[in-house]
Amino acid sequence: MSIEVRNISKRFGSFVALDNVSLEFPTGELVALLGPSGCGKTTLLRIIAGLETADSGEVHFHGEDASDRDVRERKVGFVFQHYALFRHMTVFENIAFGLRVKPRRERPSKEAIRDKVMSLLKLVQLDWLADRYPSQLSGGQRQRIALARALAVEPKVLLLDEPFGALDAKVRKELRRWLRRLHDEIHVTSIFVTHDQEEALEVADRVVLMNHGRIEQLGTPEEVYESPASPFVFGFLGHVNLFHGRVHDGVMNVGDVALDAPDQADAKNAPAVGYARPHEFDVDRYSPGQPGIRVKLLRALAVGPVARLELERDDNAEMIEVEMPTALYRELKFAEGETLLVKPKRMQVFLKPDGVGASSTVSYGEAI
Amino acid sequence: MSATTTRPASPAPAVALKRTATGEHPAIKWLLIGVSVVFMVLFLIIPLVAVFFEALKKGVDVYFAALAEPDALAAIKLTLLVAGIAVPVNLVFGVAASWAIAKFDFRGKSLLITLIDLPFSVSPIVAGLIYVLLFGAQGWFGPWLQANDVKVIFAVPGIVLATIFVTFPFVARELIPLMETQGNEEEEAALVLGATGWQTFWKVTLPNIKWGLLYGVILCNARAMGEFGAVSVVSGHIRGQTNTMPLHVEILYNEYQFAAAFAVASLLALLALVTLGLKSFIEWKTRHEHAVLPLEAPRQT
Repeated sequence: MSIEVRNISKRFGSFVALDNVSLEFPTGELVALLGPSGCGKTTLLRIIAGLETADSGEVHFHGEDASDRDVRERKVGFVFQHYALFRHMTVFENIAFGLRVKPRRERPSKEAIRDKVMSLLKLVQLDWLADRYPSQLSGGQRQRIALARALAVEPKVLLLDEPFGALDAKVRKELRRWLRRLHDEIHVTSIFVTHDQEEALEVADRVVLMNHGRIEQLGTPEEVYESPASPFVFGFLGHVNLFHGRVHDGVMNVGDVALDAPDQADAKNAPAVGYARPHEFDVDRYSPGQPGIRVKLLRALAVGPVARLELERDDNAEMIEVEMPTALYRELKFAEGETLLVKPKRMQVFLKPDGVGASSTVSYGEAI
Repeated sequence: MSATTTRPASPAPAVALKRTATGEHPAIKWLLIGVSVVFMVLFLIIPLVAVFFEALKKGVDVYFAALAEPDALAAIKLTLLVAGIAVPVNLVFGVAASWAIAKFDFRGKSLLITLIDLPFSVSPIVAGLIYVLLFGAQGWFGPWLQANDVKVIFAVPGIVLATIFVTFPFVARELIPLMETQGNEEEEAALVLGATGWQTFWKVTLPNIKWGLLYGVILCNARAMGEFGAVSVVSGHIRGQTNTMPLHVEILYNEYQFAAAFAVASLLALLALVTLGLKSFIEWKTRHEHAVLPLEAPRQT
């Protein structure tokens, strides 16, 4: 079933959680709502579920307006960050709950409930835990049970609110691969909320980036990572280096170095910020007359396959972080303290908004 | 044993440091324990033993005769009746109030929390007087009640009202913190799964609060049966009609019927012991149920 939200707005007191958000979630896709804390992603999910009501706007399920439908009638599956398993019920009873509370004429027979619960337990690979209580399970097991419970009522939509947020890093990684495989198996339209960009890029078919109650970008993981639509997205998805300067006719001047800026071919002497990822640099020894930014190598971390270089610009002492294959780094034999030349192979340039030099989203990028 | 030629040079076990950072000198520890024990024996255990000793001093026959006496029986019945009304009323009120406070945000919430504590902070005599002022012959509703031939003050309804007032914090005080820590995620989960509000309450909320609820009910009951001050003001001390057990004890005592007074008092003391026993059982039970704590403490983002 497809979901569509139209012009949804929601405020909590003076805080704007959602600002006129419109989105479409096509049938069968796994979509990630990604953004920092307080960007409105969880609120949007709860509005779709019916746990929260929007101040204005509509929620459509399969083309039908469901805005006034009660939570119970929306027939969605919801997975909570802290599992929200019924602590006084066994795993079996937890999963059976949704079937047991159905009105008498829709309620399946005892045997049918039993079979359904056991098949769901098999699906989440935890059939040996049927008689345990939630407190006797590990975090990862609890979340899988919570998922099985949500699937028991055969929801048309599955909504997951930071499903792996309370788990430790290793379990989280395992569980998100498992979720991806599960989704490929059952193909129910799913939306999951996360603030972890790695998780969103790895698991989702499509990613919706949100900030301050608005949608910043929407696209496949490749699209949003390779061509971020805004400085915010650039800063949020992975590490990034910032270069402040002026751009004129597709050329950006950073210090006294001129760099190509094809994105801004029409700009006339405008203040701009260039974004370049750490692995997209050429690094060489300094020799006079060569193009590039002069830097000093402060520290190099050559552990594992990728070497990380911390560089300090000679002109303004700003830091640049560069990554290169460790093998290449060894070959070049740079010494700490040496003067080098760096040049971004690819840099995306955004004009600075009028007025204040750098907007808040830009400074967010620097913080990363 | 001699197989090991080189013994690992294990460091000599350091003399176990008994004193922790907050630990005091043993003398102080024993002094404090001693003071507490002496205090408990003097003020709690000796009086408790004395009650039963005095009650049974003149023999078991006198003891049971004192309890079987019509006025005593009437007092016991009245006490049970009053508790039987006040406790269920406060149970419903306590659940409703704590539900409202823990699960919703509304204007005047902190005022409600403060008001729930009022009976704890006001003297029971004042509580009784309030009802006399409201429902007494000279009170606000007095004339109307008289015209309609309804007796509240110096009758059972007044005693019930005063008892409800004095005991209404117990259940709510017990449940509010419990429900606040539990949050309402489980209720939300139940609703999403299609449960009605009623099903959610019976199948999810109530099982989660049952031990706290029982604990509150037991404390509420103990106070309802033992309340003296407020009830004394509104009762009128009519023998066989409006005397509860505590009031009956007082009358017997004032009439120098010590054995009978202590016999009835021993019932109240017994009630206290049973309450304590149940309370410990519930505390043990809840600890037991929560012994297997979540592996990951829920983190708030």
